[in-house]
Amino acid sequence: MAEQILKEISANDLLAETLKIKNDGYRLVAVTCTNKDGMELTYSFDKDHELLNLRILTDTETELPSISIIYPYSFLYENEIKELFGVKITGIMPDFNDSLYKIPVKTPFQMND
Amino acid sequence: MSVVKKSPWILHYDGTSCNGCDIEVLACLTPLYDVERFGIINTGNPKHADILLITGSVNEQNIPVVKQLYEQMPDPKAVVAVGICATSGGIFAECYNVVGGVGKVIPVDVYVPGCAARPESIIDGVVKALDILEVKRKKR
Amino acid sequence: MGNRTIVPFGPQHPVLPEPIHLDLVLEDERVIEAIPRIGYIHRGLEKLVEKKDYQQYVYVAERICGICSFMHGMGYCMSIESIMEVEIPERAKFLRTIWAELSRLHSHLLWLGLLADAFGFESLFMQSWKLREQILDIFEETTGGRVIFSVCEVGGVKKDISSETLNKMKEVLTAMEKELKEAAAVFLNDSTVKLRTKGVGVLSREAAFELGAVGPMARASGIEMDIRSQGYAAYNQLDFKPITDQGGDCYARTKVRIGELFQSIDLIRQCIAIIPDGEVKRKVTGNPKGEHFTRLEQPRGEVLYYAKANGTKFLDRVRVRTPTFANVPALLETLKNCSLADVPILILTIDPCISCTER
Repeated sequence: MAEQILKEISANDLLAETLKIKNDGYRLVAVTCTNKDGMELTYSFDKDHELLNLRILTDTETELPSISIIYPYSFLYENEIKELFGVKITGIMPDFNDSLYKIPVKTPFQMND
Repeated sequence: MSVVKKSPWILHYDGTSCNGCDIEVLACLTPLYDVERFGIINTGNPKHADILLITGSVNEQNIPVVKQLYEQMPDPKAVVAVGICATSGGIFAECYNVVGGVGKVIPVDVYVPGCAARPESIIDGVVKALDILEVKRKKR
Repeated sequence: MGNRTIVPFGPQHPVLPEPIHLDLVLEDERVIEAIPRIGYIHRGLEKLVEKKDYQQYVYVAERICGICSFMHGMGYCMSIESIMEVEIPERAKFLRTIWAELSRLHSHLLWLGLLADAFGFESLFMQSWKLREQILDIFEETTGGRVIFSVCEVGGVKKDISSETLNKMKEVLTAMEKELKEAAAVFLNDSTVKLRTKGVGVLSREAAFELGAVGPMARASGIEMDIRSQGYAAYNQLDFKPITDQGGDCYARTKVRIGELFQSIDLIRQCIAIIPDGEVKRKVTGNPKGEHFTRLEQPRGEVLYYAKANGTKFLDRVRVRTPTFANVPALLETLKNCSLADVPILILTIDPCISCTER
């Protein structure tokens, strides 16, 4: 099994780090959000079966830049996270404005029942 | 179509099914099960259909679609809910985006159990729906 | 400039059993843009981890999608096993590989049938699905289920396959190989079929990479990407090389998938030849704590499983990134500039699984 690297970065470094990774020839695999004691976003990249993860700890108040200017196909992941978790991601191209899934409940992954 | 007695045409709609029941519905059409020998044809047009087969449960977004399909079908018509999700929501009943079985939106005539429902039971369900169609036709 | 019209496609459309809605912006017969609208099938099953414990969740994972059901269960189990550092028995690894490759066979045959149906070749559709029934019979004999097996569990598999059954499986597959060749010849050599697939929806290697395509979609554009070469389960003991093609069109994607059919049969044969005896499951006690990303190759491409556990029996998070989700941007790109009549074929050519995508 190939290695998994996990690197914690701050929200301000996201675009710079992502650009560096893109220039190294990685592709975006997924963006994952976990809501447990604060929001935790993980951006996973792959090159030759090596998985590189960038992690940002954030909350629903902080605004995060979209990486869709670097990886255009990140828009689906970011729209999903914005709609289901309520993370404020700005500048997604295209932005579905919380109507990707059109669910009746607002940000279901924020509730703890 | 309502004058033809025993060759019902089927309209299939996938609610929020996991595909398991859908591919079994399609498998009914293929050589091993071959429902066409009963004159049953899968149509894409609700106006041609006698029986509506629904797999999967309903959610807020597909309720209008299901209702519209049902209303477009000519009378008499029957609804067959295929699989446990279409019956009650099944394993997904507790999900936030699942309203429940198809019965919450339109009247269901036959429930086919199973996860995924087997082709034999789907055919059985359709044959049951034939009798119900017959009763409905006489009532008109 | 021609007339602009918007043609709605779906959610109930004869070519696809699943609901997806596209607004196709047309200029005369050309598609200028395709705007997707999804959510008809979204259930929110990732949130079910809060209600089902980590062993019960295997059943939910298997029902993410009924077509790649086994591999969803397997991917979920693998990620939990990695967190708990459980090494499953060798025989279980081989059995998982056999079932996974059988799943690929059934999924690709299903897809070939739907493709034939999309370009109006009814008898070819029937032929592909007839072949597929033989695989389903094997499933039924070995697991008891036709589409959803529930045979995977954390720590191994629930059922063993006897050596007689394995030998019989080998015979069935050998006989099937011959019939497959006949069907494959129609897909690859028939001139009318080629008219519908050759040069349609070309995706260049660069575009496939830039749009993040995975699975047969990427391989048909010349990207040699197959997670199986990472060697999970028993793949590290098998002779395996990804199948690629340079064409990038519908024909290339058909060719890659047909190639993979024969490859899967070969992989199953290799498995049967060297499968070791022994236990098929390990007893798992305690609760997982930690997190892990697991990737494996489904019929539609790479799938990513992320699980995070906190030491109780309920997981914090399970996240699934399914192959169709990654292939949607590439699909939207290939739809641009195609003619309206080719839309069904192009949508099918990524082998869409909407149920996976929306979860």
